[in-house]
Amino acid sequence: MAQKKQKVPFSGTKEQEEKLMSVISELKGHKDATMTLLQEAQDIYGYLPEEVLRKISDETQIPLEKLYGVATFYSQFSLNPKGKYRISVCLGTACYVKGSGDIYNALMEKLGIVGGECTPDGKFSLDACRCVGACGLAPVMLINDEVYGRLTVDDLDDILAKYQD
Amino acid sequence: MSNINLKINNMPVSAPEGSTVLEAARIAGFKIPTLCYLKDINEIGACRMCVVEVKGARSLVASCIYPVSEGMEVFTNTPKIRNSRRRTLKLLLSDHDKKCLSCVRSGNCELQALCREYGVKDEHYFQGEELHFDLDTSAPHLVRDNNKCILCRRCSAVCEHVQDVSVIGPNNRGFQTSIGCAFEMGLGETACVNCGQCISVCPTGALYEKDFTDDVLAAIHDPEKFVVVQTAPAVRAALGEEFGFPMGTDVEGKMVAALRRIGFDKVFDTNFSADLTIMEEANELIERIQNGGVLPMITSCSPGWVKYCEHFYPDQIEHLSSCKSPQQMFGAITKTYYAEKFGIDPKKIVCVSVMPCTAKKFELTRDDEDAAGVPDVDISITTRELAVLIRKCGIHFEILPDEPFDDPLGESSGAGVIFGATGGVMEAALRTAVEKITGEELKNLDFVEVRGTKGIKEATYSVGGMDVKVAVASGLKNAKEIMDKVRAGEADYQFIEIMCCEGGCVNGGGQPRVSGQIRNLEDVKALRAKALYENDSKKEHRKSHENPSIKEVYANYLGEPGSEKAHHILHTSYVKRTIN
Amino acid sequence: MITLEELKKIRDNTKNKVLARRVHVCGGTGCTSSGSPKLVEVLEREIKKNGLEDQVEIVKTGCFGLCALGPIVIVHPENSFYSKVKEEDIPRIVEEHLKNGNPVRELLYDETTKADHILPLEETNFYKKQHRVALRNCGEISPEHIEHYIAKDGYMALGKVLTEMKPEEVIQTVLDSGLRGRGGAGFPTGLKWKFAAGNQADQKYVCCNADEGDPGAFMDRSVLEGDPHVVLEAMAIAGYAIGATQGYIYVRAEYPIAVERLEIAIKQARELGVLGKNIFGTGFDFDIELRLGAGAFVCGEETALMTSIEGNRGEPRPRPPFPALKGLFQKPTILNNVETYANIPQIILNGAEWFASMGTEGSKGTKVFALGGKVHNTGLVEVPMGTTLRDIVEEIGGGVPNGKRFKAAQTGGPSGGCIPEQHLDVPIDFDNLKEIGSMMGSGGLIVMDEDNCMVDIAKFFLEFTVDESCGKCTPCRIGTKRMLEILTKITEGKADMSDLEKLEELCEHLPQSALCALGQTAPNPVISTLKYFRDEYIAHIVEKRCPAGVCKSLLQYKIDPDKCKGCTLCARACPAGAITGSVKEPHKIDPAKCVKCGACFEKCRFGAVYKE
Repeated sequence: MAQKKQKVPFSGTKEQEEKLMSVISELKGHKDATMTLLQEAQDIYGYLPEEVLRKISDETQIPLEKLYGVATFYSQFSLNPKGKYRISVCLGTACYVKGSGDIYNALMEKLGIVGGECTPDGKFSLDACRCVGACGLAPVMLINDEVYGRLTVDDLDDILAKYQD
Repeated sequence: MSNINLKINNMPVSAPEGSTVLEAARIAGFKIPTLCYLKDINEIGACRMCVVEVKGARSLVASCIYPVSEGMEVFTNTPKIRNSRRRTLKLLLSDHDKKCLSCVRSGNCELQALCREYGVKDEHYFQGEELHFDLDTSAPHLVRDNNKCILCRRCSAVCEHVQDVSVIGPNNRGFQTSIGCAFEMGLGETACVNCGQCISVCPTGALYEKDFTDDVLAAIHDPEKFVVVQTAPAVRAALGEEFGFPMGTDVEGKMVAALRRIGFDKVFDTNFSADLTIMEEANELIERIQNGGVLPMITSCSPGWVKYCEHFYPDQIEHLSSCKSPQQMFGAITKTYYAEKFGIDPKKIVCVSVMPCTAKKFELTRDDEDAAGVPDVDISITTRELAVLIRKCGIHFEILPDEPFDDPLGESSGAGVIFGATGGVMEAALRTAVEKITGEELKNLDFVEVRGTKGIKEATYSVGGMDVKVAVASGLKNAKEIMDKVRAGEADYQFIEIMCCEGGCVNGGGQPRVSGQIRNLEDVKALRAKALYENDSKKEHRKSHENPSIKEVYANYLGEPGSEKAHHILHTSYVKRTIN
Repeated sequence: MITLEELKKIRDNTKNKVLARRVHVCGGTGCTSSGSPKLVEVLEREIKKNGLEDQVEIVKTGCFGLCALGPIVIVHPENSFYSKVKEEDIPRIVEEHLKNGNPVRELLYDETTKADHILPLEETNFYKKQHRVALRNCGEISPEHIEHYIAKDGYMALGKVLTEMKPEEVIQTVLDSGLRGRGGAGFPTGLKWKFAAGNQADQKYVCCNADEGDPGAFMDRSVLEGDPHVVLEAMAIAGYAIGATQGYIYVRAEYPIAVERLEIAIKQARELGVLGKNIFGTGFDFDIELRLGAGAFVCGEETALMTSIEGNRGEPRPRPPFPALKGLFQKPTILNNVETYANIPQIILNGAEWFASMGTEGSKGTKVFALGGKVHNTGLVEVPMGTTLRDIVEEIGGGVPNGKRFKAAQTGGPSGGCIPEQHLDVPIDFDNLKEIGSMMGSGGLIVMDEDNCMVDIAKFFLEFTVDESCGKCTPCRIGTKRMLEILTKITEGKADMSDLEKLEELCEHLPQSALCALGQTAPNPVISTLKYFRDEYIAHIVEKRCPAGVCKSLLQYKIDPDKCKGCTLCARACPAGAITGSVKEPHKIDPAKCVKCGACFEKCRFGAVYKE
């Protein structure tokens, strides 16, 4: 922990930067803008690249360390790119007592990564999440915005196979 | 304001409205331990050491921030509370590098002291996973050892709320929380201004200056080297604290005696070059005023302030006086004037400075600080390191006689010595500038309007029919307030003194550590400053331009203040930097 | 600007326009993820095909509560309950039921098809003991249409307070109703308002905590998805009562549907003039902004939530000063959660006595529970305070499935505790739950059966708190971590009794010394399981045995040679190559190689693999 992290090369487009700049100019000067700025930036880039945080800091005068401190506090913010398909397994209580821990472990094994990581080909990233509110369907996982409920470990191969392109 | 009546440990107490339970307890004579609490700076109730029982409250409360109320009943030292504090300490120890014997703070660590007070018997009681961190040695002035950090956040509070630099802060969450820089960069890669205030407030060994005492001893033991030492004004006002003298004791004579016994070839005084600074700075100010130069002119003695200005106000660096700081002027004059006068090869001179400051370690590495073609100053150590050096050399500081500085670079005026307190440079400059402008002798030398520990001071003086408006700021948050005005063109001052640390150099980041407990009760800045003003009042000469050795330097070597030679030796330049 | 009279006109017109024949399709998160949006499309197509556009109205509603049976489709006026509806079922429902008036019996929820008649929704076991106040509009209206809300007397309570009541009367009514905060500790709502009203300031704020973080509770999400306007109306009422003109809703970003519906609702309310300047021409201004949470459970704590809205790390601040004096941006602020607000308009319209007539002595009104875990009918239930746990689990929830034994019910999430069978008949309210070592919390209610290990459950909750601890104060930052480590040691059979002592010491330390409620209540799952299931802890520690067969380190998978047919299925399923044996001969598991994944146990068709 707290070792300097491996940096993924930044590949932002001009379009993304324009969007970012318009968000910044809209929110600049609002004392409570930090969270919204970070949320919008993550929406634009899919994660929070160092270059983007530096840009926000330069433009808004919010210290870079403060942005980083906030970004590393909330689990929704990611400083690393996510996979093309983001898998999150619900480890809320209702899902847990119905075996979502096993689902999570099986996915780690199948994808060869641990939670919070992305597969080397950039296709899948895996995270645990807390209660998506679909407790009636426990155990539940999400792939991007698609919800898969009443899961068993045996279902996983078929589901992953749908995301092969 | 009215008083509130309450009971603490069954004793009736009357405390001013708005007091905290901690403050009320002190009135009643009860000591409550604190760790994270720094009055007005870090009031976050996080460490939970100061918990007390308040009748009617569901859980224990943090007395450092809990306000008193009428009829309140408080208990500060029940078995339940002692247990709680001891468990909190044991938890802290369970995620703490416990190599206490080799720790720089062994003996004055606040955590260690509390463990002793609360009788923590088993430091491994709650043993479990510990976080491990690499040392951050990237900054020129300090080492960050997060393995010893207890997350009290005093460092980041000072960095953010006092200095407004905000390069360190809490990152990550929960057990993984750690103090660090953005993207886990090294401190040296950030806009850190090297002020060392984080070191001053750290209760443990998580932050400490880079120790150059062995380098000093190596130079002294090298027969080829001629080692001279200079001591900054504020050092003499605080060094005594390391050896049991009351805060605010001036130990100038003992300090000189100790330095001589350590083995320096010459023991000189930065106060001398402070006088030299005034000669150049006053001249520069008068020139700027008379020739339509960039105003207000701002002092450049404080390297933390200069670096802050370069990072945060790169568009305003024209306002900085081009004068080198007294540390650098001293080195420059030693390796030119003094070297020539006594026929010593400047390459063989090792110039050591003892400073109340950690930023001086950075300053001596700056460009354009090498008048003789070699660095003006070679090694800078802090007041704390000097204490280490004195102990290392087996010197019995407490019983040393008072001894005088060596000549000629040890002679100084009272104007030089007050450089160590906020407003001192301003006052010293005014003593010289007023006489220069009016051509008359100044009768009252005490410019009291610019004295005192207030963060921002303003005054207007009528000098030879002209109004001179000045401002004095200490602490970078206050500097920011002034600089925003300067940037906006709303600052109609002619001259501004800015010191990086609140209260000026007496409260510098290299001064002896004062535990949070004492810091919250005593006005450290004022006590130390008092020693300097007393020193000034006793001086034979109290104006820089009356210092005989200064007169001699100009008469025999530099010519006039601001001469080409003076410029080459005593002035420097600045660079524009970015925040990120 | 709209007048109250004009609003009443909208209400009456909308009521008159409502068709008798309506199809309500649940559009909550649960049913949406099991495919309800597609059902709406097919319904529209089929209705058109049958030429029924003018006679049938489709209403995309919020959650009905019975998420386990989704997607849910309800046909009015009979209130017929179609469960687990598939696309291919729609043409039959449209043709036979909507067109010809004959409910499709085999597609209806089993329990409703009696021999001679069909039970309406409200008479099923799941619904009949419920009493819906906070959820009254969920499943009844379209959350994306403000007129639907108005038709259910929406914004009439706001109209009433602005035109007929003084702020202090509003506060008195809320005080008299006995309403207590539904988000955690149950602080009297009216009292909170009274404190904030009493503090003078140039600006005050009304905040809504919609950062439902308790894993296993989703009533707030359902209210936001099914009835967003009720929250807006209640916040405006609160604003009037305390003298605030600005509201903030802090909502979980993980609730995209709720966020979208809130955005729509705020827009509609502003357009209509029930939010904004000079509401109903009374000179009262009130507006609301949304703020998205970013995944930090601790932000459910009121001071942390405000710190987060201000754009900082969501770390709690010490109290006092309380938010009623110095809250958001250091101004007087009240914070209530979604469910609390959802009760307010009804209290205003029906009076404090009406609300106080429900519930127990110390806890008035109803409470919504998110019923989950090992129970037939998982979903949302709203019952009067004082209903017994047995009624909820057995009657409404339909009991524990698969013939397993009930072991415990967990309430209050990570801050709550496990309630054993012996307390099933305790009437549930704030004080009783506390008495038996749990708490109301936000209303998660997770049922556990004999297959759940209570040490493992305690460990699960501590994992959660360790993850979610903000790291500010020492007891929580390090103490929860040490508790988790000890629990892990216990579940791995590596602990001795001195570890249990340390665990209990921390169970005492954190409640006394932690900075905020998260840390103070973090040991509750351990305290309550130690209280009621201490023997399970002892079994793990002393006998190195997990009685429920959950803790993997303490398990051994074995094959009963008498039952094994040598089919080789288990050997092929084993990822570790730990199972050996020839075809048609009993197989054996090598415990040194076994990774205890349970694959063999799952695969065996003869029950020959067992856990020990």
